[in-house]
This record gives sequence, structure tokens and C-alpha cells, in this order.
Amino acid sequence: MIRVILPPNLRTLARVDGEVELEVKSPVTQRSVLDAVEANHPMLRGTIRDHVTHLRRPMVRFFACGEDLSHESPDTPLPDAITTGSEPFLIIGAIAGG
Amino acid sequence: MSRVRVLVGTRKGAFILSSDGARKRWKVSGPHFAGWEIYHMKGSPLDSDRIYASQTSSWFGQIIQRSDDGGKTWNPPGTKPEDLMASEGMPKGESNMFVYDASPETGKPLTTHQWYDGTQHPWEFKRVWHLEPSLSDPDHVYAGVEDAALFESTDGGKSWHELAGLRGSDTGPKWQPGAGGMCLHTILLDPNNPKRISIAISAAGTFRTDDGGESWRPINRGLHSEHIPDPTAEVGHCVHRIALHPSRPNTLFMQKHWDVMRSDDAGDSWQEVSGNLPTDFGFPIDVHAHEPETIYVVPIKSDSEHYPLKGRLRVYRSRTGGNEWEALTKGLPQRNCYVNVLRDAMSVDALEPCGVYFGTTGGQVYASADAGDNWKPIVRDLPAVLSVEVQALP
Repeated sequence: MIRVILPPNLRTLARVDGEVELEVKSPVTQRSVLDAVEANHPMLRGTIRDHVTHLRRPMVRFFACGEDLSHESPDTPLPDAITTGSEPFLIIGAIAGG
Repeated sequence: MSRVRVLVGTRKGAFILSSDGARKRWKVSGPHFAGWEIYHMKGSPLDSDRIYASQTSSWFGQIIQRSDDGGKTWNPPGTKPEDLMASEGMPKGESNMFVYDASPETGKPLTTHQWYDGTQHPWEFKRVWHLEPSLSDPDHVYAGVEDAALFESTDGGKSWHELAGLRGSDTGPKWQPGAGGMCLHTILLDPNNPKRISIAISAAGTFRTDDGGESWRPINRGLHSEHIPDPTAEVGHCVHRIALHPSRPNTLFMQKHWDVMRSDDAGDSWQEVSGNLPTDFGFPIDVHAHEPETIYVVPIKSDSEHYPLKGRLRVYRSRTGGNEWEALTKGLPQRNCYVNVLRDAMSVDALEPCGVYFGTTGGQVYASADAGDNWKPIVRDLPAVLSVEVQALP
């Protein structure tokens, strides 16, 4: 089971509390995790990745296992700790402003 | 007795203020969509329980929300799994997707427009500023967006397509963003002529279609703007708001960056009616629900000092369609008030007597149940108010 932590605004939009748990087929990548997030919570389409380009929105970041994976290829396999569910995949709204 | 529902969009969520027809005691509901910017909410004139909302974020993009029960519950239209997944499992839905139409069949090439530094800049969708439900079908709604373009949905907000003739008009490259962005912020539907729509863009000006949105032309003759190289240019004017009374759709009123204007020929020509206003800078303008020549503005000191003159918050009312204005002060702060009232943050109700409402960047929403003679705050401490719309309910 993959664990995903959404930023507060997207938890509100998706009406979820706490973590989201997902079944994701191997290989587990940013793309497959986000596809599963959007399939389970269709209102999130376009909020994490652009509707048209499917690229990460500029002020959204992906963290996992203490690393910033935002600039990794969306098809790079995620760390084993994500795949096994021992660590969550974090979707972050970048800090901006004062 | 009739009721009213005031739809308030703020920087950090939406609020719904409800009262009976006396408009003295109010119930406050919200925040809805907490933490999100709600640029605008508006109900269908045909079904008051059908409300559309523009929910937006610099981080997470644009969401359109819809309520079919008067704001009790909300859903982004078209986000049910069956709306989004085709039988073969591929996504098919286009909910909340605003894509400029550059197709060869119906669209226009995605050109560039003037940027702040004078260079050309590509069109980029940022947010929906204004939602205007149609006068004939609750599932038909228009959206004015930044970068300036007009979209419509005919399926209750599930899918959107651009009326590309506006952005594709030959003046597009001369449009430029105002301080708030290059936004299409006002959409006026003519109740007598379903093919006529007038819109306003900052900072391009006003435009009109007479063929249902296929073709558009600028209607800015008579405007004079010192902030552009040719003050009487065909486009480039920073129009802040336009308004009409449904009984006289050929008469338009305008609050421009500076100057209050009126047109009696559906925008073909404009005359200044600032008259005795202490300053003719401001953002909103609106028309009394029952008196087509009674109009309201909120004068603001200047384009660099976005607050009332001398710290005194005053609505100005003209009962003569402009030129002769009276200050309305009763119940409004007359000292140390330095808030602004944004372009979509004033509205009127159709009860008798007419109610007038406006919200401030300081989070107050003021109401007058007697056409502006007396005011009271409904709420004082909301986040900065972006928009105010009112529904009169049976």
C-alpha cells in the first residue's frame, strides 16, 4: 500500500483527512502514484499536474525519504520505502511569501 | 416574505450570508473552500439554488465548484469517476480545464500580448475572475479569465470552451495587463438580445459581440486614458467595471481607472459623468435594481493610494445617471478607514426597497436595506473580500 500525504488545500478539496492510501501496480513511480491519486480523487486532476502538459505545477514539490524528488523523471522508480509503504510520498505546496 | 442570500468570495474562502427580507439579522455560513481564493460566486437567474464558484490558487490552479442546493453542498462538476474515465479506462473528462482554443476549425492562433516591459508575452491561463450564468439555461455559464479570454460551458461546468473570436480579434497583441493581471472581469448579457454580450478587460477596454460570440469589436470611443501613449486609442484602456440595468440594456455605466462614464448606444460611444465626485478613481459601479438612472460608485483616492479620501468610506449615489452625485455616509466609517472595494465586490438585490451591498479588502461586508441611505456591517472580520453577489429568494 502506497501512502501519500496531500497538502492541506488539496485535502480540503478531496475531502480526506490524514494520509491517502493507494494500491499502485509496479513499477511505482511519480507518474503511477499520481495517476492513482487522480483516479481515486478526480477533483485533484489539474491541481498537482497541469491538465494539458501533465507536468508538475511549478509551486508543487514531491518529497520522499528526506529527498526532494521534484526534478526527477516522472518515470523513475520511487525508493523501496515508498513502495513498501514504510515511508509516505509527500506532495507539498511550496512555501512562498512572507 | 422574501429572503436574500449574499455570496462573498474572499482571499481565503467563501462565505454565504443569509437574511429574511428585512435584512437586519444575518446568518453567516463559511468558510467554504477554506484556504482557497474565491474570486467569484454567482447564482443562476433561473434557478437560485444553482450557484457557480471560481476557486483558485497560485499553487494548485483553477477549480470550478457548483452547488445545486443553494450553497449547502458543493462539487466540482464532472469529477465523478464516470465523468472522467472512458470505458477503456482512459481519462476523458475535462473538468476545470480551461485551454485556449488554437484549433484550425474554431480557434485562433495563440498570439502574444503586451507585457509590462513593452515586450510581447504569450497568453497563459491563470484563473477565472468572473462567472456569469446565462439568462436562458442554468447549465450554460460564461467564464471571464486571466489571461483575458471568454469561455463558456453548456453542460453545467463539466467542460469549457473558448469563444476564441475575442482573443483572436486583431487588437489582441495590444492588450496589456493591469496591476492585477490581464483579466476579463465583467460579462454583461443583454436580456433583449441573446446574441449580444459586452465584456471588459483590464487593460484592454470594452468589447461587444452581436453574433453570440463569433466576432467582437472594441467599444471604447469616448474613453480618454492618460496612462497610454494615445489617450484615445482603440484599445488599452483600463476599464475596471461596467454595469447595466436589465430594462435598459443599451445604457452602460463604466468605472474606469480614472473617470466614470456612460453610454446610451450599447457602448458605441461614451461620455464622462464623473461630475462632482471628489475623485473619479474607483473599482465597482452598479445600478439600482428598480431605478435605471440611479447608480453607485465608491470613490478611491488614486491609482497609487487605494483607499477612500481622508479615511472616510463613502458610497456615492447619482439619481440622474451620473454627473450629480451625493455622498452616502450613514453607518460607514468616517475616520481612519483605509480599505479598498474591489471591482466585483458590489451588488444590489431586487427587493423593495433595493438593497445595496459591498465588501472591502479589510473584510467588512456592508449592507443597506434602503438603497444606500443607511448602512450596517453584516460581518466585519472576513479575509479580504474579492467579490459580492446577492440573490433575492422567494
